[in-house]
Amino acid sequence: MLGRRIAQHGLTLVVTALLGGFLSATLVRLAPGFDADETALDPHLSSQSIQALRQDRAGQHNLLTFYIRSLRLALHGDLGTSLSLKQPVSTLLHDRIPLTFRVVSVGLLMSWAGVLALALSTSSARTPAYDLLATVTAGLLLCVPAAVLALLSVLWNLPGALAIALIIFPRDYRYTRNLLDKAYSLPHIVTARAKGISPRRILFWHVIPIVGPQLLALAGVSVSLALGAAIPVEALCGLAGIGQLAWQAALARDLPLLVNISVLVTLVTLLANYSADVIGHAWRGPQA
Amino acid sequence: MSLWRKLACGVLLLVVAVSLAASWFAPAGYSKQDREAAGAPPSREHWLGTDEIGRDRFARVLYGTRISLLLAPAAALVSTLLAALVGGLAGYLGGVWARSAMAVTDLFLSLPWLFLLITVRAMLPLNVSPTFSVLVTFLLLGLLGWTAAARVLCASASSIKNSDFVRQARASGVRGSRLFWIHVLPNLKPVLYAQFWISIPAFILSEANLGILGLGVAEPLPSWGSLLKELEGLVSVGEEPWKFVPLFLLVLVVTSFQLLLSGRDEVAA
Repeated sequence: MLGRRIAQHGLTLVVTALLGGFLSATLVRLAPGFDADETALDPHLSSQSIQALRQDRAGQHNLLTFYIRSLRLALHGDLGTSLSLKQPVSTLLHDRIPLTFRVVSVGLLMSWAGVLALALSTSSARTPAYDLLATVTAGLLLCVPAAVLALLSVLWNLPGALAIALIIFPRDYRYTRNLLDKAYSLPHIVTARAKGISPRRILFWHVIPIVGPQLLALAGVSVSLALGAAIPVEALCGLAGIGQLAWQAALARDLPLLVNISVLVTLVTLLANYSADVIGHAWRGPQA
Repeated sequence: MSLWRKLACGVLLLVVAVSLAASWFAPAGYSKQDREAAGAPPSREHWLGTDEIGRDRFARVLYGTRISLLLAPAAALVSTLLAALVGGLAGYLGGVWARSAMAVTDLFLSLPWLFLLITVRAMLPLNVSPTFSVLVTFLLLGLLGWTAAARVLCASASSIKNSDFVRQARASGVRGSRLFWIHVLPNLKPVLYAQFWISIPAFILSEANLGILGLGVAEPLPSWGSLLKELEGLVSVGEEPWKFVPLFLLVLVVTSFQLLLSGRDEVAA
């Protein structure tokens, strides 16, 4: 059953990644101004050079041909060359993935540490003032645009990872808090509390087994949130990661770069969601 | 209605009223330059000072609020209608239609929202007239923001389709589009309302993000996004606190929407 689920997710992953890349390429191809090439306007270029540029550009006109050719080359490790940065896409991705991976993972860890600490303490302590403070803090953070949080982190010299943590914290907190509240109000947990069983035992024996799979699913979704947050954070904090590269590629309408980043982001997002689903399924056991 | 909701409603009405009366509060307009007072701090003439090219910041905040507060609901309406059409029809038709529609939805959802937004926005011309840039920005939000709502509506339509009254209508001979328009769609109203209201603050925040990243409303038209872009030039938070007024207003409005929505998001879920 688990093997079938993994195979099903694997197939969906590949199909969605391919379709995502194709959709992205279609959007870029249909974008106004795609046919305009600024380099051809250079007065220093000879007519042969301009002709060569046009021929190179013509290869990208048929979208399907372009995408199939790119895919074939990608299978051999050649992801094409960035039109705006004039560098191989694989080199650009290779250089920038480690930074984004670090910033996003640290941001996620910080966010989840805060979410779990705050949600567990408010749900178990049930002190109205503390509860209100936590809700108001999360609510206010939810109302601030991600790009403003990135700007404020620059102003206060805070690390980019903290900005990402602050962006995803309120979203995760809200759901985690609701899940824990529902779990703590279940009859058998209320009975356990009334019988005087220690809060730690209630948490590990009764609450976590119930909310664990759902929290895992939420963790999977928060990877997508963190990747989205990486764009303003990296663009405004001057971090040379994938988010900044996506930003530059989008502004420059850099087709090969944009298609590859889209496929990469789609893959990572789906991989995180499906991993969370498979682990959650294994956790719930065969009866689920 | 709770006290907090009444307060939120009051705040929203006040902000909308003041922004609609922008030409009365700030007759000079949002683009008139006072070159003698470029980058000036707050004064009797310019309550929130002027920007770096001498435009009155108070006027720009009022006009920007008007743009964001009028067009975000318009974008929310577009996205809700699209979601109703795609999600509602998919749920109603079921089978291969539902699977195909949800596959497309999943495809959109597999890319982070802001990533999708900046990618598509950057594909459209950036050097356009201010009015066109406003339309493009908010239309884009409406056209791309329907996917999550479509999922919810598909599930709701599917459950309504299998409810007793729809079965009874079908047994009485009601068929096809009539069944959908007369019996299914009106019963999706609570979910549609909830999705509409949820989308408004989300779109206000998205416009702000786009504006700060330079992909929102074009100059000289103001919007909360373009006003917040001014924060980029600050050296410290305490340096020019009046520049934070648009942020304060945005947080106030979005918080008011969140308070108003506190019951509706359960309906949407």
